[in-house]
Amino acid sequence: MAEPLLRVRDLAIEFDTQYGTVRAVDGVSFDIYPEETVGLVGESGCGKTVTGLSLLGLIPKPPGRIAAGSIEFGGRDLATASEEELRTIRGSEISMIFQEPMTALNPVFTIGNQMADVLARHKGLTDSQARTEAIEMLGRVGIPSPARRVDEYPHQLSGGQRQRVMIAMALSCNPKLLIADEPTTALDVTTQAQVLEQINKLQEEFRMAVILITHDLGVVAETCQRALVMYCGKVAEQAPIEELFAQPRHPYTAGLLSSIPRIREDRPEHLPIIAGRVPDLLHLPAGCRFAARCERALDRCQTEQPELGEKTASAACFNPVPV
Amino acid sequence: MSSPLLQVEELRKYFPIRGGLLRGVKAQVKAVDGVSLVLQPGQTYGLVGESGCGKSTLGRSIIRLYEPTAGKVMLDGADITHLSRNEMLPYRERMQMIFQDPYASLSPRRTVSQTLREPLDIHNKGDRDTRDKRVRELLDVVGMSQRALNRYPHEFSGGQRQRIGIARALALNPRLIIADEPVSALDVSVQSQVLNLVADLQREHGIAFLFIAHDLAVIQHVSDRIGVMYLGKIVEATDSQTLYAHPKHPYTRALLSAIPLPEPGRKRSRIVLGGDVPSPANPPGGCPFHPRCPDAMDRCRTEIPAPRELGTPAAPHEVSCHLYD
Repeated sequence: MAEPLLRVRDLAIEFDTQYGTVRAVDGVSFDIYPEETVGLVGESGCGKTVTGLSLLGLIPKPPGRIAAGSIEFGGRDLATASEEELRTIRGSEISMIFQEPMTALNPVFTIGNQMADVLARHKGLTDSQARTEAIEMLGRVGIPSPARRVDEYPHQLSGGQRQRVMIAMALSCNPKLLIADEPTTALDVTTQAQVLEQINKLQEEFRMAVILITHDLGVVAETCQRALVMYCGKVAEQAPIEELFAQPRHPYTAGLLSSIPRIREDRPEHLPIIAGRVPDLLHLPAGCRFAARCERALDRCQTEQPELGEKTASAACFNPVPV
Repeated sequence: MSSPLLQVEELRKYFPIRGGLLRGVKAQVKAVDGVSLVLQPGQTYGLVGESGCGKSTLGRSIIRLYEPTAGKVMLDGADITHLSRNEMLPYRERMQMIFQDPYASLSPRRTVSQTLREPLDIHNKGDRDTRDKRVRELLDVVGMSQRALNRYPHEFSGGQRQRIGIARALALNPRLIIADEPVSALDVSVQSQVLNLVADLQREHGIAFLFIAHDLAVIQHVSDRIGVMYLGKIVEATDSQTLYAHPKHPYTRALLSAIPLPEPGRKRSRIVLGGDVPSPANPPGGCPFHPRCPDAMDRCRTEIPAPRELGTPAAPHEVSCHLYD
């Protein structure tokens, strides 16, 4: 197997709040290999977005900080890199797109203007070169009549088109890694289908790795090769997609999968549920964080924290669902 | 067959776009443009469509949070479209609403007990003690602890807030609840808890639901009948099984094929639609779907398709599409 592009080890991210310090991400480790698509899945508050932001040094500090761990990328540790170093990496080697493209784009500049910024900074292009390049990129992400659109403002575009503009900006410097944080959550299903198809196509063209952060297991199943399921700041399970969906080992993954309403002939009266709710990050249990909601919990789960194995398919669980 | 609980006939809601020197009406946004539907007691009618299709406006026009521009809304056989505020009061008792955003739809300054009492006070239900008792009962019904009574909305999670919103809607024993995207702001594991609660309430209290959502899987899970909306019109309506097994309208087919399924490796022929939903202020001529329709013909560009009945009287299946002439 090739060398990993990104190697995250024991990452911990903390935030100071008025009630005390919370560890939003606690001991997360994973590798991302070139040209693969990896899903980072979980429900709100599980730490998936914060993990994504930390890879680009975008954790707001204060109140946040990377409290421990390393993020190796291209021979550097991004967890300790200076702002100056990070700035050369952002947008050129690692890019990020966000859930709400309206707030991520600047409303008072034209699309072309904002794209030219990126190109001028990282590629040193002149204004007219940058404009030509911007038009070409807009065409590649499937924006109709890009030469006209380049002079428009974000509010003149629909939600799907704005997300395409974000993708065009993110890819304009040919990054090796794209972090996509809920890129289609704000979009309608038909538009989501268009945008996901575009991301898949571009990934092959640009030969980049993609980390897809989402709560939607359907999106993960259709776009990713591997996924990490996060719960309460930790990785509960990681596995190749087929395995994860066919044989989830962690009870949380299994519960999550069975609680999604699906289109099917025999409609059950009740959906299976995961009882209870996510523990408060300020008052975490001593043992496994899922134990209080888990049907398979043992005595041991109340006192000891399970570790995620090193294997490509592993679950952080003392009593995993049998295969 | 029993008489319908809710009957909507050719309902329209236009919003004026004003502009110019005298703030004259320049154009109309036809958010709901001639919608008819029938809901039987104790049943669920699912309204599904993408953002801007008019599904929320339709729900709000039925309950008269918006004044309909034209058409008729009948509850229990009585025309409630033009009733005054006071005349409307007895009907509001039978018809309640649950909103999408449980953060915005509960007053942050009121305790749970105050919120739940309000409908009882307005409608003058019983004395002080019976109201207190009812409030406690409501918390039980939605599966919340009595400790919630004197707490404020910000102290609860999204799923719990949605339960409070449901409890409020139940306070007056309504026969119809209009639920506008009640689970779309919730996480999957919480969503299934709330959907199960809705199913229990329906079974135990015989409440009918008009369930509005953009998620086709959720809609299929809860609905007996489903109407698919596009640009202010219902383009296809039939029972839940038929819609998913034999979708007829090209838009319904595209919508169904676009859902990402949590089943990796299952290959489907996906119909990816080009373009975006047109603005309802400036809808295309002819069939509103024709610019994105993979099956569009010449006449679709000029002629608006009328609803056609493709089913049987026992299992109606209405489709507005020229393909089925």
